[in-house]
Amino acid sequence: MAYDYQPYPYVAPPGLSAPETRHAVVIVGAGPIGLAMAIDLAQRGINSVVLDDNNVVSVGSRAICWSKRTLEIFDRLGVGERMLDKGVTWKIGRQFHGGDQVFSFDLLPEEGHRYPAFINLQQYYVEEYLVDRAREFPDLIDIRFLNKTIAHEDHGDHVTLTVETPDGNYTLETDWYIACDGAGSATRERMGLSFEGQTFQEQFLIADIEMEQSPFGDDKVPERWFWFDPPFHSGKSALLHMQPDNIYRIDLQLDVDADGTEEAREENVIPRIKAIVGDKPFRLDWVSVYKFRCIKLDRFVHNRVLFVGDSAHVVSPFGARGGNGGIQDVDNLGWKLARVVQGQAPEALIETYNEERSHGSAENILNSSRSTNFMTPKTPIEALFRGEALRLAKDQPFARKILNSGRLSLPCSLEGMSLQTQGVAQIAPGQVLVDAPLSGEDGDTWLLRQVQGDFTLVGFGDVLLPELPGIRRIGINTRADYPCFTATHNHAMRRYGSSNAYLFRPDGHICAVFDTPTRKDVAHAYAKALGAELEATQ
Amino acid sequence: MSVMEDRLSPNQDDFYNALIAAHEGLGEADSHALNARLILLMANRIGDLGVLQDIITTARSYSDA
Ligand SMILES: Cc1cc2nc3c(=O)[nH]c(=O)nc-3n(C[C@H](O)[C@H](O)[C@H](O)COP(=O)(O)OP(=O)(O)OC[C@H]3O[C@@H](n4cnc5c(N)ncnc54)[C@H](O)[C@@H]3O)c2cc1C
Repeated sequence: MAYDYQPYPYVAPPGLSAPETRHAVVIVGAGPIGLAMAIDLAQRGINSVVLDDNNVVSVGSRAICWSKRTLEIFDRLGVGERMLDKGVTWKIGRQFHGGDQVFSFDLLPEEGHRYPAFINLQQYYVEEYLVDRAREFPDLIDIRFLNKTIAHEDHGDHVTLTVETPDGNYTLETDWYIACDGAGSATRERMGLSFEGQTFQEQFLIADIEMEQSPFGDDKVPERWFWFDPPFHSGKSALLHMQPDNIYRIDLQLDVDADGTEEAREENVIPRIKAIVGDKPFRLDWVSVYKFRCIKLDRFVHNRVLFVGDSAHVVSPFGARGGNGGIQDVDNLGWKLARVVQGQAPEALIETYNEERSHGSAENILNSSRSTNFMTPKTPIEALFRGEALRLAKDQPFARKILNSGRLSLPCSLEGMSLQTQGVAQIAPGQVLVDAPLSGEDGDTWLLRQVQGDFTLVGFGDVLLPELPGIRRIGINTRADYPCFTATHNHAMRRYGSSNAYLFRPDGHICAVFDTPTRKDVAHAYAKALGAELEATQ
Repeated sequence: MSVMEDRLSPNQDDFYNALIAAHEGLGEADSHALNARLILLMANRIGDLGVLQDIITTARSYSDA
């Protein structure tokens, strides 16, 4: 059944009748990123107004693949389990050349993680769940549908904006303006910020189809199949994914000079789909033709205007690094902005959002553009190398690894950046947490649930943790006067080592490691992670 | 034909990208020439004749003719 789009009600905003007092945070855009941002801030007690020019969730075929890291962040935001329940879990990817399988990969063969490597779930469900969750904070999150931002001005210590509604325009004042207005960000355009990078000439037909039987063959195997030069679509590439509700996603590469509007017409799409699924009956749910770009802003922080999600960076979808990258932006910015708004950290901490996420985004762009290039050889020599790599891949393991149909989204490392304290451990400072099952007094739990959200010092084995204001402590495989857990099947000990301590940031990244965590060293690392040294150098 | 140990990962994408980039702007003949120079330089770097023989045989075994 097609998704039932329920319009959210428009309510005349107070600003239409009388000036509103200055807000701490205004978020422009209620896509997945703006909504997640509002929830993250609300969970930290920060108020926000969310403005959206529309009143329904994402229409049509956009994001479907959500990564393990995104699910872990969504767990913290209160929607992870719901997504996992509804989503299709897959971890096997297969690559074909012509009709033959050349290679398959298993994304997460390891036991002992709360979330799988990937789930597939339509973006409209993700946004619906985020709206539901945001509504659990009626005092903290004020979502205003059919409120379009049409102008803004930065006044140094605050921003004013003009908002258009069905009842006319009004103005708002805010300390912080978060631009989550997507790839076509009008905020970015108004500020004249250059947004240039690689645009791929190739077009891609993206179709969602609903069918009872599975196009994967006899079983309903939730996998990811990718074809180089498939028998049903000669000379091009094709991708097949399973989504909930018996919906399947098909991506077909088209000719550079194909007529997009013509290609998207039902009578032209149906034969292409039939070539893949044969005689099995299906219903066309959605079709679009896209051209992709890999682009980022130079800087994500422009004084009081912060760019988050697609407004800051866009990638081609091969590797699923768009939405997943944006959710990591939220995870990175949320705690920093909350600290700054609450006067617990210098404003310079916001600049590290730029440092860290600009780096993460550059990594996503590098990977996405390489995949797209590999899929769309531009010259005869590129086609030749790719063809021979495919030929060798049947037997040669190294050649299989060269085949690139998307390097799937992984969190970046923040090693060596301003907030981290150098140190040596099994998982280096800067890396993000690796989950593990734990059991405690209240039953079974996961490391991610114990460390995310606040600064947390975790002792693995017999290390004693000092008590410091603002830092949560937990011990694993030890006894102490703070909460202690047992490492189920010893996974946590294997992953982190058996006699050391790690300081996790609220976004789950490790900012320091200690053999012997002294009060002084931990306090120093904590202060550094909150930007103490940034101010000194400015 | 031998199955060769994977010695390229995790740098395969960096390598492949550098290789393709090296060909940028070259016509077919120049690309051929670049490939020939690359093979000769790589052969010299490998040095071991037995290994080179094995690579040649393996590469050739994939030719249709
Ligand atoms: C075909 C396709 C497949 C994709 N697949 C994946 C995938 O598998 N995994 C993945 O992670 N990502 C994927 N993506 C990327 C993903 O869809 C985006 O990264 C994601 O939607 C970005 O979210 P956002 O909230 O930043 O922007 P958007 O989702 O674009 O939301 C922006 C919001 O801002 C609102 N807005 C815009 N202007 C204004 C204004 N002036 N005033 C008020 N509101 C405004 C819009 O109405 C919209 O609600 C895919 C994208 C495409 C196109």
